[in-house]
Amino acid sequence: MFSHIRTIWLTFLHLFRKKVTIEYPEEKVKLHPRWRGRIVLTKDPDGGERCVGCYLCAVACPVDCIALQATEDENGRRYPEFFRINFSRCIFCGYCEDACPTYAIQLIPDFEMAEYNRQNLVFEKPDLLIDSQGKYPGYNFYKVAGMDAGVKQKGEGENEEAPVDIHSLMP
Amino acid sequence: MQHIWIVLGVLFVLLNIAAGLIWLERRMLAMWQDRLGPNRAGPLGILIVLADTLKLFFKEDWIPPFADKWVFITAPAIVVASVLMSFVIIPFSPSIIVSDLNVGILFFLAMSSLGVYSIVLGGWASNNKYSLLGALRGASQMIAYEVFMGLSLMGIVMLTGSFKLSDIVNAQKDVWFVFKQPVALVIFFIAGVAETHRLPFDIPEAESELIAGFHSEYSGMKFGMFFIGEYLGVTLISAMTATMFFGGWLGPAFLPPWAWFFIKTFAFILFFILLRASLPRPRYDQLMETGWKVLLPLVLLNLMVTGAIALWIRG
Amino acid sequence: MVIHIDNKEYNIKSGKNLLEACLSVGLDLPYFCWHPAMGSVGACRQCAVKVYKDENDTKGRLVMSCMEGVKDGLYLSIEDKTAKEFREQVIEWLMTNHPHDCPVCDEGGACHLQDMTVMTGHDYRRFKYKKRTYTNQYLGPLIHHEMNRCIQCYRCVRYYRDYAGGDDLNVFAAHNHVYFGREKDGVLQSPFSGNLSEVCPTGVFTDKTLKEHYTRKWDLTMSPSVCNHCSVGCNTIAAERYGELRCILNRYNGDVNGYFLCDRGRFGYEFVNSENRIKRVIIRNRAGEASTEEELMQHLQPLVSMSKIIGIGSPRASLESNFALMQLVGKQNFYQGISEDEAHLNRVCIDVLQSGSVHSASLKEIEQADAVLVVGEDIWNTAPMMALAVRQAVVKTAGAEASQHVQIPVWLDSAIKELAQEDKGFLAVLNVSASPLDELATHAWHATPDDLSRAAFAIAAYLQPGKLQADNFSEELTNQAKAIGEALKQAKNPVIITGVSSYNDNVIKAAFDIAASLNTAGRKTGMACVMTECNSMGLALMDAPAFNHAMDSVRPNGHATAVILENDLYRHLTPNLVDNFLNKCDHIIVLDSLHNSTTEKASVLLPAATFAEGDGTLVNNEGRAQRFFQVIPNADTQVKESWQWLWKMQMLRSQKVNGHVLHPDELLQKMETDMPQFKGITSVSPGHDYTIHGERIPREPHRYSGRTAIQANKNVSEPKPFYDGDSPLSFTMEGFKGVPPSWAVPFFWAPGWNSVQSVAKYQDEPNGSLKGGNPGVRLLQDKKKENADLFFKDVPEQFVITKDKWLLLPKFHVLGSGELSGYTKALEVLSPELFAIISPKSAEALNVKEGDMLQLTDAGIAYGSLPVKVLDNMCDGVVFVNAGSRGTVGMNWGTRINLAKVN
Repeated sequence: MFSHIRTIWLTFLHLFRKKVTIEYPEEKVKLHPRWRGRIVLTKDPDGGERCVGCYLCAVACPVDCIALQATEDENGRRYPEFFRINFSRCIFCGYCEDACPTYAIQLIPDFEMAEYNRQNLVFEKPDLLIDSQGKYPGYNFYKVAGMDAGVKQKGEGENEEAPVDIHSLMP
Repeated sequence: MQHIWIVLGVLFVLLNIAAGLIWLERRMLAMWQDRLGPNRAGPLGILIVLADTLKLFFKEDWIPPFADKWVFITAPAIVVASVLMSFVIIPFSPSIIVSDLNVGILFFLAMSSLGVYSIVLGGWASNNKYSLLGALRGASQMIAYEVFMGLSLMGIVMLTGSFKLSDIVNAQKDVWFVFKQPVALVIFFIAGVAETHRLPFDIPEAESELIAGFHSEYSGMKFGMFFIGEYLGVTLISAMTATMFFGGWLGPAFLPPWAWFFIKTFAFILFFILLRASLPRPRYDQLMETGWKVLLPLVLLNLMVTGAIALWIRG
Repeated sequence: MVIHIDNKEYNIKSGKNLLEACLSVGLDLPYFCWHPAMGSVGACRQCAVKVYKDENDTKGRLVMSCMEGVKDGLYLSIEDKTAKEFREQVIEWLMTNHPHDCPVCDEGGACHLQDMTVMTGHDYRRFKYKKRTYTNQYLGPLIHHEMNRCIQCYRCVRYYRDYAGGDDLNVFAAHNHVYFGREKDGVLQSPFSGNLSEVCPTGVFTDKTLKEHYTRKWDLTMSPSVCNHCSVGCNTIAAERYGELRCILNRYNGDVNGYFLCDRGRFGYEFVNSENRIKRVIIRNRAGEASTEEELMQHLQPLVSMSKIIGIGSPRASLESNFALMQLVGKQNFYQGISEDEAHLNRVCIDVLQSGSVHSASLKEIEQADAVLVVGEDIWNTAPMMALAVRQAVVKTAGAEASQHVQIPVWLDSAIKELAQEDKGFLAVLNVSASPLDELATHAWHATPDDLSRAAFAIAAYLQPGKLQADNFSEELTNQAKAIGEALKQAKNPVIITGVSSYNDNVIKAAFDIAASLNTAGRKTGMACVMTECNSMGLALMDAPAFNHAMDSVRPNGHATAVILENDLYRHLTPNLVDNFLNKCDHIIVLDSLHNSTTEKASVLLPAATFAEGDGTLVNNEGRAQRFFQVIPNADTQVKESWQWLWKMQMLRSQKVNGHVLHPDELLQKMETDMPQFKGITSVSPGHDYTIHGERIPREPHRYSGRTAIQANKNVSEPKPFYDGDSPLSFTMEGFKGVPPSWAVPFFWAPGWNSVQSVAKYQDEPNGSLKGGNPGVRLLQDKKKENADLFFKDVPEQFVITKDKWLLLPKFHVLGSGELSGYTKALEVLSPELFAIISPKSAEALNVKEGDMLQLTDAGIAYGSLPVKVLDNMCDGVVFVNAGSRGTVGMNWGTRINLAKVN
C-alpha cells in the first residue's frame, strides 16, 4: 500500500522534470555520423562510381527492395546500368552497407524523405548517386582488386607484383 | 424556466469537460512521463479535442455483420445516459442543482449500477470472444465494487441523517467528512475507480489482454460514446468525492461556491489521471480478492465503528 | 562394400576412390582438381583425409582421398583435426595470390573456390607479401580470361586437351607462375570451349555472352530446358532475369549430355532476346498491322471455318504444338514441313530403330562403347556432343583395356594416360569429308555417299557372309571391310553412328545391316541416327506425309488456308516449291518466334513462344522424349506457345466458346491415345497439378533478390507473381526446398555448394544417374529379336564422277549451323561464310581457284552463285554448300547439279 502511494508521489514529481521531447520540425534531431538513414551511392577519390554492380546489396536486402543491372565500360570497369531502391519497402537495416565490398552504398544521417505519393519513393541511380566519398575517404576498389579496369595496369595496384613473364623459366 | 437553464448549463459544461479531458489526460500523462503530449493543434494543443472529435465523426460507423445490431447500437447510449442521469443530484452550488432529491445518494448508486448494462450488452452484442470476456469481467467487477461504494457512503449518511446531498454538504460546514470518514474516502475512491473501470482497474478493456475488451468491435461515434461515458464517469466520481468528503461548494468567500466545487472536482480528476500514469493493472483475481476479502470487511468495520461512535456521542 | 567414415558405417560401391565415396553418401569434402568426368590427378592436395589401419589405430595417416581406392572395412575421418588443418592450410596457400575481386568476378556466387574456402574455414589472409599477377589473353567472343584468379588446379587443360581434344590451350611457364592460356591471343578453336566456364573452379574462364548482361546465379529464374540447336537434345538450364534470357547452363543428365554442352548449345540462346522477335499479333493487308487478341479472333473466325485448312508441321516445334496443329486441321491435312527426301530419310531411320533389332544408343552408351563406326554423318558438325562422346569412347577404351592388365583403377587419370600412351580404342570414320574426329580414327575414309554405303555394305557382307550379293566389291573395299568388321567383332558394345546429312538412304540401311549383324549373342550393339533439328524425330514419328504432298492436296481455287507452324519453309525446301504452294493458298497463317522469309508471306502472323517462354516436349535422335519448361514469364506480352494459339483456333473452328484452359499434359494424353507410337509420352513429366507435400517447385533460388524493386519503376505496388498453370514449377522463390524429382531440376544448389559442383548432391553417385533416374522417356523400345530377313540387300552402284554434274551436299558447321543459334553475335562471327566447297581435283576440272564464283543450277532452278573454297580431304564429284546457318535457303540436297564458273 505504501509503495503504491510512493509510486504515485514519485510519478507526480515528474511533473517538474525537464521534458525529453524534441519538438522536431522547429528543433532538429542530433544525428550521429553512422545513423542509418537515406541510402546513397558514393564515388571513389578519382570521381568514378564506386558501385561495381556485384549484387551483394541486393541479395543482403531482407525486403528485396534493391534491383540493379551490372554493365561494363570499354575498359572492363563494372558499373550499374540502373540501380533502383524502393524506399517504400526499405527498412533501413543497413545490411546493404555491410555487404558492400567497395564502400559504394552507404546509409547517411538523413531521414527526411516522406512523400505523399508512394511512387516518388522509388529512387533510381541519378537520385542515389552523390558526388562524395561518404564515410570512407580514400578507398578505391579497383586499386586493390587485381584486375585491370582502366584504373591501373596489372601489377600496379597496392600489394601487387609486376605481371609474370610467362616465357621465363627462372624461379 | 430556471430549471431548464440549469439542465442545459449542466449538460453543456459536463460535455465540454468530458471532451476537454481528452486533451487534459493526454497532456498530463505526457507530463508525468517527461513528455510534452499533444501541443500542435491550437494553443497548447487544446484543439486536439476538436481534431479527435472530427476524426471520430468521420470514421466509418461500422456494425459488424455478426453483431446483434440493435443491442449493439443501444449499449453505448446507455453508458452516457446513465452517467448523465447521476449528475441530476450533484449540487454544483447551493442554487445550481437540477433536482435535490431526498434520496440523492440512492439515486446516484442506482444510476451508476445501470452503467453495467452498457458493458454487458456491448460485449454481448459484439459477438466476439474478447468483447464477451471483457463484458463478463466488467459485470462482476462493477457488481462487486458497487457494494462497498454504497456501504462506504453509509457512514456519512449516518452522520448526516440524510440521503440528500445538499444536507450532506451543509453538514460539512465545520469539518469535512474526509476527517471524520478517512477510511470511507479511500474505499469510496477505490470503488469509484473500479466503477468507472479506469486504470489501474481497466480490467474489462485491458488492452494488452483483451484488445479493448467490450468495445473491441466499436468504431466511429459509437466508440466515441463509450469514450465520453468514461470521462463523464471520471467527472462524476470526482464530483461525488468532492461533495461527500471535501465539502462540495464550501470554501472561503473570495471565490463563488461553484468555483470551489470545480476546483475540488478537478483536483480529483487529476488524481484519476495520476493513478493511470503511475500504477500497474492488477490481475483480475487480485482485484476480486481485494474487493471481497479486504474492502468489504473494512467497510463494514468502518460502518460499525461510525455507528458506535455516533451512538456514543448522542449518548 | 562397407567403409567407416568418422565412425559411421556406409555402404559404398567398389571401384571408387575415397573422395567419390564421401560425395556419393552426401558428405562434404573439399576438392579442386578432381572432376567426376575426368578422374583424379592429386594435384591440389585439397581433399586430404585421415585413413586408419583399423578401428584401434588412433594415429592414422593423411592421404589424398581422390588418390586412394575404397577397401572393404576401411576407416577414414574427414573431421579429424589434422586433416582439417591440412585442408585449411592448402586453401590458405592457394589464396595467397588470389586477387581481391570477387565483386567484379562473374564466378562469384557460383564459385567452387568460394565454397571450398568457406567449407575449410579459412577466413583471414596472414600472408603479408605481394600478390602475383598475370596479363590476360583474348580468347575469342565466347570465353573471358582473367588469369589472376587461377589456383593452378589444371582442370582447364585436362578438360580442354585430354577430354575435348583441343590443342590450342596449354600450360606455360613453370613453378609458381604457371600460366593457362593460348600460345598467343586468339579464338579458342574447340567447339566445346564453353565448358571451361563450368570446369574452372574459379573465375579464370567465364561466359563472355553472360557478361553482356551479367546476373548472379542467385538472381536467375531458372527452368529445366532442352537444347534446341541439334537433334541430340542435351539437357540445359535456361536462366532469366528482367524478362531476358541471360544464359544457358548445363543440366546434368547421365544418359545424355553428362557434365558438358557444346558451344552452339551453350551460347546459341540470344535469339530469344533478339530484336527480330515477333512479339505482337500481325494481321497484314489492312490498316494497322498490330492487333489485339479479340481482333485476331474475329479475323480468324472465317479463315479457320473454311473447309480446307492445311497444317504444315515443324521439326523444331514441340510435339504438343505439332499435335495441336494436327488436331486443328485433321490428320489427313497435316504435313511435315520438310522435303520429301528428308522425310524419307527420317522414315528410314525410324523404321530401322523401331524394328527393334538394334538398340537406339544414348550418348552415355556411345561414350561407353568399345568400338565406334561412323558412316556418312559429319557428327562433329551436326551433333557435336555425340562427337565428344565418341572421343571419350575412343580415349577411355584404351585406358580401360590397359587397366585390365595392371592394377590401376580407371579413375586414376594420369597413371592411366601414362599407361595407355598413344593407344586408342577403335573408331572408323567413313565420311564425305574430313573432320577433327578423323585424328582419333583407326580408319578414316572419304568418299561419296553411295561409295560410303557400298563400303558399309561390304562390312555387313563380311560380318554375315552370303547374305548379300557382294561380288562386285573391289578388293580394296573388301580388305578395308575385313579390317573394320574384325575390329567390330572383337567389341562387346559397338556403336554404329549414321545420319541423314549425306542425303542417302543406303547409308542408313547399310549402317543398320552392320548393326543388326553385330547384334548377336553376347554383344549389345547400339545404333544412332543423327537428324537435323531438335524435334525431327518427334515429327517423323507422327508419320505424316512430307510437304511436297501438301502441294497436291490444294486444287486451284480450292480456297485453302495454310497454317504454318514455327517453320521457315524456305530453309527446308527449294524456293519455287514453297512459292507455288503459298500462292495457291488464300490465307497463310504463320506461327513463329522470329521474322524470316516464310513469315514475310504470312497474312496472319502469330507470335509463338520460344523454348524459353513456353512448355513442350521434344524427341531427340535417340527417341528420348524430354520436357522443357517455361522460364520467361509472358503475362504482359502476346507471346504464347503455338499449341495454345492452335487450341484457340480449334475452339473457333468448332464454335466452342467455353474458356477451358488447355494444359500440355492433356494434349499429350490425347496424343498417347491417338498415336500408339508415342506410348509413354505422358510419363515424361507429371501433370500441371503435381505438387510435393502441397508445394510447387520454385524456379528461383531462395536468395533471389529485388522482388520489391524490379517492377517498382513502373508501379510501386508489386504485381502478383506470374502464375504458370502449365507445369508444377512456380515463378517464385517459395515452395519445395530440397532435391526435386530429376525431371524438374530448375537449378543445382545445395547448402554450402553454390557452384555447379553441387550437382553431386543431385546424383546417386558422381558421374552416375540423377536421383530417381535420369529424366526423359525412350519411345523406341528394344524388342530383342534377331530377324535377318529385315536386312536391306540392295547394294547401290558405285558413284560415277561425271564432267558436268556434281553431287550437291550440305556442309554443316559446328557453331554456325543452327537457324536460331545464328542470332548470337558471337557465334555469327565464328561461323563460316557461304561457300561452294569442292575438292582440288574438282576445282581443276572446273578450272576455278579459291575465291572464284561458281554458278549453281539444278534443272531449271538457279541457286545463284557462290565463292569457291577448295578443301583437301574430301571426295571428288561432290560440291558442298554451307547449310543450316541463318539465311541459307533450301536446296535439293543429294541431287546432282550443274556448276559453272562465273566470269
